[in-house]
Amino acid sequence: MDAILLQILNGLDKGSAYALIALGLTLIFGTLGVVNFAHGALFMIGAFCAVTLNKVFALSSITIDPTKTDFLGKPLQVKTPYLEKWFGDAGLAIMDWSVPLAIIVSIPIMMLIGYVMERGLIRHFYKRPHADQILVTFGLAIVLQEIIKAFYGANPIQTPAPSTFVGTLDIGVYLGFAQDAITYPYWRLVYFAFACLVIFAVFAFLRFTTFGMVVRAGMADRETVGLLGININKKFTIMFALAACVAGVAGVMYTPINSPNYHMGMDFLVLSFVVVVVGGMGSLPGAVLAGFLLGILESIASMNVVKQFFETIFIPSIDQIVIYLVAVIVLLVRPRGLLGHKGMMED
Amino acid sequence: MQILEVKGVNKRFGGLQALNDVNLSVSEGSVHAIIGPNGAGKSTLLNCFIGRLNPDSGSVTFDGKSLLGMKPHEINQVGVSRVFQTPEIFVDLTVLENVMIPALAHRDGAFKLNPFKRMRQETAIRAKAIDVLEDIGLEDKIDMTASSMSRGDKRRLEMAMGLVQDPKLLLLDEPTAGMSRADTNNTIDVLKHIGDSRGITMVIIEHDMHVVFSLADKISVLAQGTVIVEDVPGNIKGNPKVQEAYLGTTN
Amino acid sequence: MNNSKYSDSALLLFFIIMVVAGPFLLAPFGGSYPDLLQKFAIFGIFAIGFNILFGLTGYLSFGHAVFLGVGSYGAVWMFKLLSYNVLPALVVAVVVAGFFSVVIGYISLRRSGIYFSILTLAFAQMMFNVAYSVATPITNGETGLQIYNDDPQWLQGADSPLTTNLFGLKMNEVFWRPEFLGFEAQFNVGYYFCAFFLIIAFYLALRITRSPFGMMLRAIKTNQNRLNFTGVSTRPYMLAAFVISGMYAGLAGGLWACMDPLAGAERMQWTASGEVVLMTILGGAGTMLGPVLGAGFIKYFEAIFSKINDQVLHSWFAFMPDGMENVMVAIVHPFVGKGWHLTLGLLFMMIVIFLPGGLIGGLTSLGRVLTGRGRKSKG
Repeated sequence: MDAILLQILNGLDKGSAYALIALGLTLIFGTLGVVNFAHGALFMIGAFCAVTLNKVFALSSITIDPTKTDFLGKPLQVKTPYLEKWFGDAGLAIMDWSVPLAIIVSIPIMMLIGYVMERGLIRHFYKRPHADQILVTFGLAIVLQEIIKAFYGANPIQTPAPSTFVGTLDIGVYLGFAQDAITYPYWRLVYFAFACLVIFAVFAFLRFTTFGMVVRAGMADRETVGLLGININKKFTIMFALAACVAGVAGVMYTPINSPNYHMGMDFLVLSFVVVVVGGMGSLPGAVLAGFLLGILESIASMNVVKQFFETIFIPSIDQIVIYLVAVIVLLVRPRGLLGHKGMMED
Repeated sequence: MQILEVKGVNKRFGGLQALNDVNLSVSEGSVHAIIGPNGAGKSTLLNCFIGRLNPDSGSVTFDGKSLLGMKPHEINQVGVSRVFQTPEIFVDLTVLENVMIPALAHRDGAFKLNPFKRMRQETAIRAKAIDVLEDIGLEDKIDMTASSMSRGDKRRLEMAMGLVQDPKLLLLDEPTAGMSRADTNNTIDVLKHIGDSRGITMVIIEHDMHVVFSLADKISVLAQGTVIVEDVPGNIKGNPKVQEAYLGTTN
Repeated sequence: MNNSKYSDSALLLFFIIMVVAGPFLLAPFGGSYPDLLQKFAIFGIFAIGFNILFGLTGYLSFGHAVFLGVGSYGAVWMFKLLSYNVLPALVVAVVVAGFFSVVIGYISLRRSGIYFSILTLAFAQMMFNVAYSVATPITNGETGLQIYNDDPQWLQGADSPLTTNLFGLKMNEVFWRPEFLGFEAQFNVGYYFCAFFLIIAFYLALRITRSPFGMMLRAIKTNQNRLNFTGVSTRPYMLAAFVISGMYAGLAGGLWACMDPLAGAERMQWTASGEVVLMTILGGAGTMLGPVLGAGFIKYFEAIFSKINDQVLHSWFAFMPDGMENVMVAIVHPFVGKGWHLTLGLLFMMIVIFLPGGLIGGLTSLGRVLTGRGRKSKG
């Protein structure tokens, strides 16, 4: 029991990331009618915003301490980050909090990237066939990830969470289990809470603002909204920038959980597509629901008991493929996904 | 013999009763027209014949077989071809190819794996397609790409695609809508000629009374989802119910 | 269509001449060595097959590298179990790829459009995971499948060569090294073996395109709905096209293993699937020569670009003043060597944005402008 609960918790953080990326994909698809193969790259760029800020904060001045020597016998070089030099303890705190602070930096950056992408590229593909849209965003995804690779190299870069959130919380004790039965890293809790907040904010935005109303109307019937004399083009740009933002901040906050590398975007993108298909193309709640469900499922499938069971029926390492298998089954049994509408995407 | 029989068909969209206990029977070899004012349910009824919509209740029987629940290609394979109101042609292919495809589908069935047969060897199909294109007056455009044709020619191509299958029943959805008077007369002549020479049963949905009265052997008048009259053309004009529902409002 | 017999024969003849003369033609460009020539033929076959699906029906598969990968695995297993003879390996490669394409195609083709692309992509990623970790006993995981001394090789004769061969004819043998325009051209058994299959693959694709079956596929691309109302069940047509193109990919994968008896999971990655898409659209999707041209183009520049390092760059820009030279090297550096993928991605975008008809499409419209005629070429 406690083991399952633990796996459910473990699935939440990956599920959060899937849900956030799938949410953006669905928003873009529902409003603009474009499948954005570069959406995973936006997630990745968000993560590298955090990496960059972390590196910038860590810029140090080098002074030589003549009284000490390093292991080669040369005078010891002491690195002091500028932030520490200038602001003392406050500077150290800023460095420590680089990941959360990166959100503030990433929002305008992602907005700008989203704006440029939509205006410069996506816009010209609204009337082109879907295959062209897929191909051009696919090409863009490659370009973006190769640029990141050129700057940051191919290896994952560690980016720590603030020290306050390092360590684990013994949740099991609160629920009446034995000590250390269910421990959960603080940062993952933070990530889950953050994801819920973002999802809630997006839904509230769509629900309670006039802009959101137009967007929802557009998702239901794009042509009619266009006829109402509403400046759809501008709304599309904002929508795209917003979706880019959601992917970006999801990437920023994910860095302490898994060290970012240049191909993380594509890894998450494929899974997020599966999430969108399972949830029902064009359904926002479906995307969120399926994101969390599949995250948890993946986590449960990685339990030893489950793995051993599947090995006895000759499916080893079930955790590696469980999401795809589920997607295939859902598609065969319920082709329009969990919460999809009839007629959506049947062309 | 009745080739198509529609019995007690109901279809409801939310609060709208689109079809209300519709009964219709079409005898073999005849031209049966369905007329009625806008929103009378003509298109809904047609969509029930071809598997696009499933009625809530009732039956649609063609040649002894129920058409309900059949897939579009199955309905075509039992001998019901449809001519679309807005031309749905293969715009990237040539005119001849557009007509050869339905001819092949008629001969080979819904699927045939013949990847190494040469198109050039299909001389019989080709001759048949050209024959129909001559009937319809497109013989000098066979190598044209379909997308570059005029709108009227596209409509005629649509008709050729239906005719080339020698269907037992041809469904025509407003075959002359948007055509000039000359084109309309031409179409009437073509349909008459084909109806006589090939003996194809036709169901025509049409607004243009001129077309209806020149072609139809029998007319069903649809109003508010119900067939109010089914009679020969001569009796339709004088029928007070029809005048009230339809002719009175347009004339 | 009336004169297609004449023009198709001419096209085929042209193609055969180009392929047979390949080692000569590429010698002046530094491309006449067995490894590259074989890649041209192998990826040419892969792209021709992909074009039967994408070019004719418009269905964009993002998982075709899977079939190439399983073809390679099947072939290497035949080397391990039977002998170094390439024939059983090729047969198994095509059969295995055909089997996988039936399963994957059957499920993916339940949807069309974007859905289909996403499903094939998901399958590709799943199969990559399967090859990389799940099915390690069969695929040897991340090391990749290769031939060891203790493999059974039941049919391996005592005196037959210990390298891939066709009844003793070694694939890696270079049988003629003439000088051509001052460059060395290498004539290699493996290349001609692949070229033989490339020509057959091209001929079959030509026949398929010109058949009633091919016309149905083109009709699916134009208006699938209408085709259903015309009495054609489109799904079996799609599945047939999918499986045919999957078997082409399997043949390509098998040939790759015949040239170099290895198989690895990375052959099945989405980047590999993306590469064949790029080859096809670069050359011109739906055209006969386009995919082969695109495959050759990509493989050639991959080979050239990957070899360029900073030293080469400095020698290129040596004529410039020192400062300028360094700036130019710094600008070009990210696009060459290990940065080849960046160039590939940019090329991808450029083609889709500016040249949707690919190289063949571009040449055709150029020819039309120059000759002032509106004739539609199907080259």
